Amino acid sequence: MSAPFLIGENMTGGYGAADILHDCTIAVDRGEIAVIVGPNGAGKSTAMKAVFGMLNLRKGAVRLDGEDIGHLTPQQRVVAGMGFVPQTANVFTLMTVQENLEMGAFIRTDDISTTMEEVFELFPILREKRRQAAGELSGGQRQQVAVGRALMTKPKALMLDEPTAGVSPIVMDELFDRIIDVAKTGIPILMVEQNARQALAIADRGYVLVQGANAHTDTGEALLADPEVRRSFLGG
Amino acid sequence: MGDAASDIQLLNAFIVFMNFVGIPAITYGSQLALGALGLTLVYGILRFSNFAHGDTMAFGTMITILITWGFQSMGLSLGPLPTALLALPFGIAATAIWLLLTDRVVYRFYRRQRAVPVIYLIASAGVMFVTNGVVRFIIGPADQRFTDGERFVVSVREFKAMTGLPEGLAIKTTQALTVVTAVVVVALLFWFLNRTRTGKSMRAFSDNEDLALLSGIDPERVVMVTWLIVAALATIAGTLYGLDKTFKPFVYFQLLLPMFAAAVIGGLGSPLGAIAGGYIIAFAEVIITYAWKKVLTYALPESWEPSGLVQLLSTDYKLAVSFALLVVVLLIKPTGLFKGQSL
Repeated sequence: MSAPFLIGENMTGGYGAADILHDCTIAVDRGEIAVIVGPNGAGKSTAMKAVFGMLNLRKGAVRLDGEDIGHLTPQQRVVAGMGFVPQTANVFTLMTVQENLEMGAFIRTDDISTTMEEVFELFPILREKRRQAAGELSGGQRQQVAVGRALMTKPKALMLDEPTAGVSPIVMDELFDRIIDVAKTGIPILMVEQNARQALAIADRGYVLVQGANAHTDTGEALLADPEVRRSFLGG
Repeated sequence: MGDAASDIQLLNAFIVFMNFVGIPAITYGSQLALGALGLTLVYGILRFSNFAHGDTMAFGTMITILITWGFQSMGLSLGPLPTALLALPFGIAATAIWLLLTDRVVYRFYRRQRAVPVIYLIASAGVMFVTNGVVRFIIGPADQRFTDGERFVVSVREFKAMTGLPEGLAIKTTQALTVVTAVVVVALLFWFLNRTRTGKSMRAFSDNEDLALLSGIDPERVVMVTWLIVAALATIAGTLYGLDKTFKPFVYFQLLLPMFAAAVIGGLGSPLGAIAGGYIIAFAEVIITYAWKKVLTYALPESWEPSGLVQLLSTDYKLAVSFALLVVVLLIKPTGLFKGQSL
């Protein structure tokens, strides 16, 4: 198998002196959904932030499409083609939905109307609410704005930090459906999820992290069937 | 005494009210609103309370005055309009350079340190003293008059001749000019913030700095554009105030309080709030320090005619009115009328 499209390989590092990640490897390939799950404090979000360049790695490498991007700042990684949706504060609350999407495309100098049309196709509710302030929308709708904003740069890879945090189960299912739709457009998606069972069900690759290290890595299906994974943290 | 007579009395009361309260307060409110807009922009984007704003206004007005005097001695004029309007662009440009310089020398350092807002606030007090010193050094601490052109749009005599009423209403050129300019400037500002890419990026930066950075918005550019706009707002507000009254550096420093009160009442960071706050402060100051005897004499039946001046506070206490309002708002609704914090 060729090298994955986006990979953070053997990452070791943390925010301060103490390491949070230990030799951790996360990867996603074209057209795939990769999901990082694990118990609280396992370093799931940290692993994703490391891939996005938000903390210093002492060891390891991050490659996008075969290119080493380890030296780039998060902003430069956006330009290089990475889309990132933070877990919280991920929309401009006082700006309209349409303005949020426009700001997502800020680095682009070409015509953004087709991309915006594609985002509206993926998230029809956003077209309806385009003139409304993003802060006035429901939690699920806000997440769609957040993902839509990240898609406006036409990223080569999309990273989502707990996209279903704090939404109801029905909205969660709906969001997962939308995420599958985004993946179907060919964009590799790497996401961290608290709702492990549902997330693994849609994952092509799953990473179970424990204490900042890879504990189990397999297809989502296989991880769900693995008795060890089920017992240790899916709750039987 | 028929109904017609009492109607005339009410009309007289209204004219006196407009002449001494309505028109002056609208004018002063427009000047405060422009000043408060500058404060609120700095607060929303650079996230600190800029104590140097009053003296920035003084600086811009000083340059405008110096250029105006130059134009006057060259014989340049705008006819009925004040020559200062011609000098205004030069004042704005010089103030922009001054603000960018202070940003480069002072604020950028703290930005790189990711300093907390209170550090900026104290640094801005330093900038205030320096700016104040520069202004006094160049033009001196005394009163300067630089108004020329036609004095009135409508004078009391013309108004009386026109209407045949015993009470007159005057509209000074500077008052009309202030209101018209304020409307144009505010419309331009809102167009810029809501319609242009750069304006939207400023609002985005104010709304959610981290996400703005993530979207590739350049913070240094946002900061620079903010200072340019603040330079324009401060110089225009200062020049209009100086035309309407006189220019005195210390008075401009004192304007800081009503301007802050206006920005806080409207909600720091909210441009709409700054405008509303400006008018609220202006009307409160004028209403509370105006002697209402004449208006009430006209408006009330003869037997109720007040014997005193009916002045709640002497005009010396003008600033106390803004201060009291500021305290009340901070106690009751600290976020202000329009929920501040961001643009």
